[in-house]
Amino acid sequence: MFKTVLIANRGEIACRIAAVLRARGIRSVAVYSEADAEAPHVRAADEAVCIGPAPVAQSYLNQAAIVDAARQTGAEAIHPGYGLLSENADFSRACREAGLVFIGPTPEAVEAMGDKAVARATAASVGVPVVPGSGGAIEDAEAAELAERIGYPVLVKAAAGGGGIGMQVVQRADRLAAALQTCRDRGQSSFGSAAIYLEKYIESPRHIEVQVLFDHHGHGVHLFERECTLQRRHQKVIEEAPSAFVQARPALREGLYASALAAAHAVGYQGAGTVEFIVDPEGHHYFIEMNTRLQVEHPVTEAITGVDIIGWQLDIAAGAPLTLTQDALAIHGAAVECRVYAEDPMKGFLPRPGRIERFDPPTGEGVRVDAGVAAPQDVTPWYDPLLAKLIAWAPTRDEALTRAHDAVAAFVVAPLTTNLAFLATVLDHPHIRAGQFDTGWLERFAKGRL
Amino acid sequence: MKPINVEAHITGTVWKITVEVGQEVMEGDTLVILESMKMEMPVEAPEDGFVAEIRTSPGASVAEGQVLVLLNPK
Repeated sequence: MFKTVLIANRGEIACRIAAVLRARGIRSVAVYSEADAEAPHVRAADEAVCIGPAPVAQSYLNQAAIVDAARQTGAEAIHPGYGLLSENADFSRACREAGLVFIGPTPEAVEAMGDKAVARATAASVGVPVVPGSGGAIEDAEAAELAERIGYPVLVKAAAGGGGIGMQVVQRADRLAAALQTCRDRGQSSFGSAAIYLEKYIESPRHIEVQVLFDHHGHGVHLFERECTLQRRHQKVIEEAPSAFVQARPALREGLYASALAAAHAVGYQGAGTVEFIVDPEGHHYFIEMNTRLQVEHPVTEAITGVDIIGWQLDIAAGAPLTLTQDALAIHGAAVECRVYAEDPMKGFLPRPGRIERFDPPTGEGVRVDAGVAAPQDVTPWYDPLLAKLIAWAPTRDEALTRAHDAVAAFVVAPLTTNLAFLATVLDHPHIRAGQFDTGWLERFAKGRL
Repeated sequence: MKPINVEAHITGTVWKITVEVGQEVMEGDTLVILESMKMEMPVEAPEDGFVAEIRTSPGASVAEGQVLVLLNPK
């Protein structure tokens, strides 16, 4: 096992990785920007190195400074956490070339899964269902033919696009030509490319993902699913494990697990990864992408399986065989994670940097808080608004939601604006209790449109 | 007529200024794009007018309520 590991991240995940390292007697090295000199993740580690000014491009994304910090402190491995450099093939390669172990995917795995079209083709090639569609740029005539074959409604997207720009939902054949033109025009003006692709539009979808762990010897397991449907701005807010919707549908459940393992096998995946799916109301699942890293919401899986995912990342990176077997894994109870953000849900979830004078996380049976801030502290505009994650576990889903609600209601963060009150309202909502929601639910609820 | 103060609605940094002094803008046009906590947010013209003055520059840190642009109403 490693003697020293550098953590190339900040906030709650850097604190959490430092705690796992400490528990295993491994020396930890934090890196930080000038804006984060007083941040909790700096104090959580045994040693800390300043790697540059506040902007992420000059600090947390500064690959050379991070590799230098590892050399300087004698670290043998780098844990990238999530976001930042965690899915950066160049950084994974730079670590390898510097003789450092990157506790994450190989550059080859990142490249195989990083390009959505390539990932889709890879998944489809091993029999994993993908959303019916063109999978690449197509001409108008082909688009019309394809739309007839897969059936309306369909979605037309700018091939070079992102953030939904130019995206058009087409309900009927006589609307297709106009939608194609609009999408091509917007693609041209926004991205300099009029290329479009077309796929089946999934109405009222759910977002379900499956956690996998693979070692260097080709042995892998899945750790069941997470329900990540409650989102705003395509970012998750409340996650659950398991998904009540999935557990009520055995064919869907088995299909998801088999698809996740097949997709991971197809790219020779090593380490912890997550295979994301979109699920329609009838229970059909479609591969979206594979995240070749630790996920923010990994604690809900830890809570229901008892598996230490970061611990296994370390063991696998150090070359140890995965001793978990599928038969020995089972779901125990239910867990809910709430992301506590510095944002204002009543104003379109606008981020709200500010001052923390009081920070009192709740405690109690089955409640875990992974925090990245402390009082007093300034929450700066430089980084992600995630302050902490609150995870509640209980024997049943309803009890877990109640525990999460009570813990959120007892959580004090002041005077900074947070989404805590909003989370408490959502956790008590009858639709949430009944498991009746889709990916648009949270934004509709915030706008009073339910 | 008095110029209209267009303020930053969040604390963050100026990512881009999308107008020039003297330019005619319509209500809802993007004047400045701010970045805060990994989000890009447009600051829009509250009404039609002409850009009279730009009081910030790309990369600058701005506080909520700080005046970024002055508009001369039509």
